[in-house]
Amino acid sequence: MQKRWTDGTRMRELAAAFIKPNDRLSSFERLEIYNRQYWFRVLDCLWEDYPGLRAIVGPRKFMKLLTAYLANYPSNSYTLRDLGSRLEQFLRQEPQWSAPREELALDMVRFEWAQVVAFDGPSKPPLTPDDILDTPPSKLRLGLQPYLSLLELRYAVDEFLFAVKKRESDILRGEASNAFDSAPKAAKRQKRIRWPKPEKVHLGVHRLDNMLYYKRLEPEAFAILAALGSGATVEVACSEAVAASQRTDIDWPAQIKKWFENWSALGWFCRRGK
Amino acid sequence: MPANPYNGFTQFGIGIGLRVPHYRHILANKPVVDWFEIISENFMVDGGRPLEVLDTILEQYRVVQHGVAVYFGSAEKLNREHLKRLKRLVRRTNTPWLSDHLCWGSVDGRYTHDLLPMPYTFAVARHTAEKIRAARDYLEVPICVENVSSYAEYHASEMTEWEFLSEVVELADCGILLDVNNIYVSSKNHGFDPYAYLDNVPHHRVGQIHIAGHSKFEKYLLDTHDHPVLDPVWKMYAHAVKLVGDTATLLEWDDRIPSFDEVHNEALKANKFRNQQLAASTEAAG
Repeated sequence: MQKRWTDGTRMRELAAAFIKPNDRLSSFERLEIYNRQYWFRVLDCLWEDYPGLRAIVGPRKFMKLLTAYLANYPSNSYTLRDLGSRLEQFLRQEPQWSAPREELALDMVRFEWAQVVAFDGPSKPPLTPDDILDTPPSKLRLGLQPYLSLLELRYAVDEFLFAVKKRESDILRGEASNAFDSAPKAAKRQKRIRWPKPEKVHLGVHRLDNMLYYKRLEPEAFAILAALGSGATVEVACSEAVAASQRTDIDWPAQIKKWFENWSALGWFCRRGK
Repeated sequence: MPANPYNGFTQFGIGIGLRVPHYRHILANKPVVDWFEIISENFMVDGGRPLEVLDTILEQYRVVQHGVAVYFGSAEKLNREHLKRLKRLVRRTNTPWLSDHLCWGSVDGRYTHDLLPMPYTFAVARHTAEKIRAARDYLEVPICVENVSSYAEYHASEMTEWEFLSEVVELADCGILLDVNNIYVSSKNHGFDPYAYLDNVPHHRVGQIHIAGHSKFEKYLLDTHDHPVLDPVWKMYAHAVKLVGDTATLLEWDDRIPSFDEVHNEALKANKFRNQQLAASTEAAG
C-alpha cells in the first residue's frame, strides 16, 4: 500500500482514524488485507487476458507495467472484462514500459483486446442475399459486425501468441504428467520463442458459432473491409482497393467475388447504423 | 423461510454456482441439479459464448441471479446502464429473485471489484435501503441482500452488523441472502458470537442461504470459496435451517474449482442437515 495519502498523511494514521484495530491486527493491517486482495484480483485478471504482452515484456516487468497502468487507469466498469480496454492508450503514452519492443507490444495489446471484443461483443443479424438483391454496388453500403476487429499490424503477433500459448500449455502438461520420458521439459530448458520479424500483417478477429477466430487477410481484402466499415459503397471500396494494389496478376472480379462470398458465409455483414 | 415473497414464493432445494470449468460436463451430461446460481455480471454481455451457454442451461434448469456490483451501499446513485443490462438479463433468465451484497465498492465511477463493508449507522442504513427499493422497483423482481464477510470494522458504527442488516432489510422491505460462511468468517475476524447473528436477524425475510469454504491465515480468516465447507459452518447451517426453515441453499465454490461431481456432492451434504431439521420439526409438531 502507498505509504502516504494524497494530502501527505501517513496511511497508518489515516487507517487508524476510521478503522478499528482488533486484538490481532492494527487498523492499517486490516486495511492492507483489502489492498492486497484488490491487487491480486485485478493483476490476476490482466495476467490471464494478456499472455502475449506478458511474454514480450517479461513477467516481472509485466507486473510493474500493470501496476502503473492500473494506477493511471483504475477500473471504471462494473466488469473486469473491461479492465484492459485502455492498455493500448497507456502504452502509447508511456512507451518505456514496453521498451525496447514498443511496436510489437502495441500490436499484441491491440490483438489481445480484439479477442476480448470478439468473445462477447454485440452482434447484429447478418445480411442475407435478399437484403441486398435490389441495391447496385454503387449505392450499396454494408455494415460490419461490431464484434469484428480489423487490425493492420507490423508484426505477426498471431503466430507469436500461438507459440506462447503452446509453450504454456506444454509446461502445464509437463507439470501434470508423471511420464518422465514423454513430459515436455521445464520452461527454462525450453527454446526461447523467436521474436517475430517486422512484417505487415492484416487480421480479422471475429467469432463463428461462438468460437473465437482470427483470419489473415490480404492487403486488398483488408482495404475493402476497412472502407466498408467507414461507410464507403461497395463500388468505391473495391475500386479503391484494387487501384492501390501493387499486384497485376489477379483476376480481381473473381477474387473479390470469392472474398465477399467468404465474408458473407462468416456472417460479417450486417445493416449499417443502429 | 421456504416459499416467501423474497424468493418469489418458490421452494428451491440445493443449488450450485454455474462455473466455466463445469460447462462442458453440464452440457454433455445434463446432471440432475435443482438449480444454478449465476453471477449476473458474467452474463451482462452483448453476445457470444456466455449467452449461448446460458440459453442452453435455461432450457433445462432453473437459474437464479446473484450480483456482485450493484453496490447498494456506495454513496453514489445506482448506475443506470448497469441496471438496464441487469433488467435485460432478469427478463432472459426469469429469475424468481435477484441477490446482491450489502456492501459498497465504487467511488466516483471507479470500481474496486470487491465487497467492502459499510459503517453500521442509521444514516447508511437509510441510504442503502433507498437504493435497494429503487433497484427493486426498476427491476421488478424480489431482491435479497447478502451479508458479506469482512476484515475491517469502523469507529463510526452505531450498531452490530446483524442489527444493521435487520435495519436495512426492514426499511427496504427486501429479503436476506443469509451467508452462513460469511457470518462465521466475520465472527472470527471481529470476535462476536455467530449464533447471536443467526438468532437476531428477521428469519421470515431469509429467501436464500449460502454455504462455502474459507481459508485460515495466522491472524484472520479469508472468504476464499476454494475449500469444502468446514464443520463449524455446517453446524451453523443446521441452526439456520432450524430458524428459517427449509430454504433454498447454494454452495459457493469459486476458486480452485474441482470437478462438477465433487462440488455437487459437497452441496448435497446440506441435505443431511435439512432432513435432520425437518425430522426434528415434524417430531416437535407431533
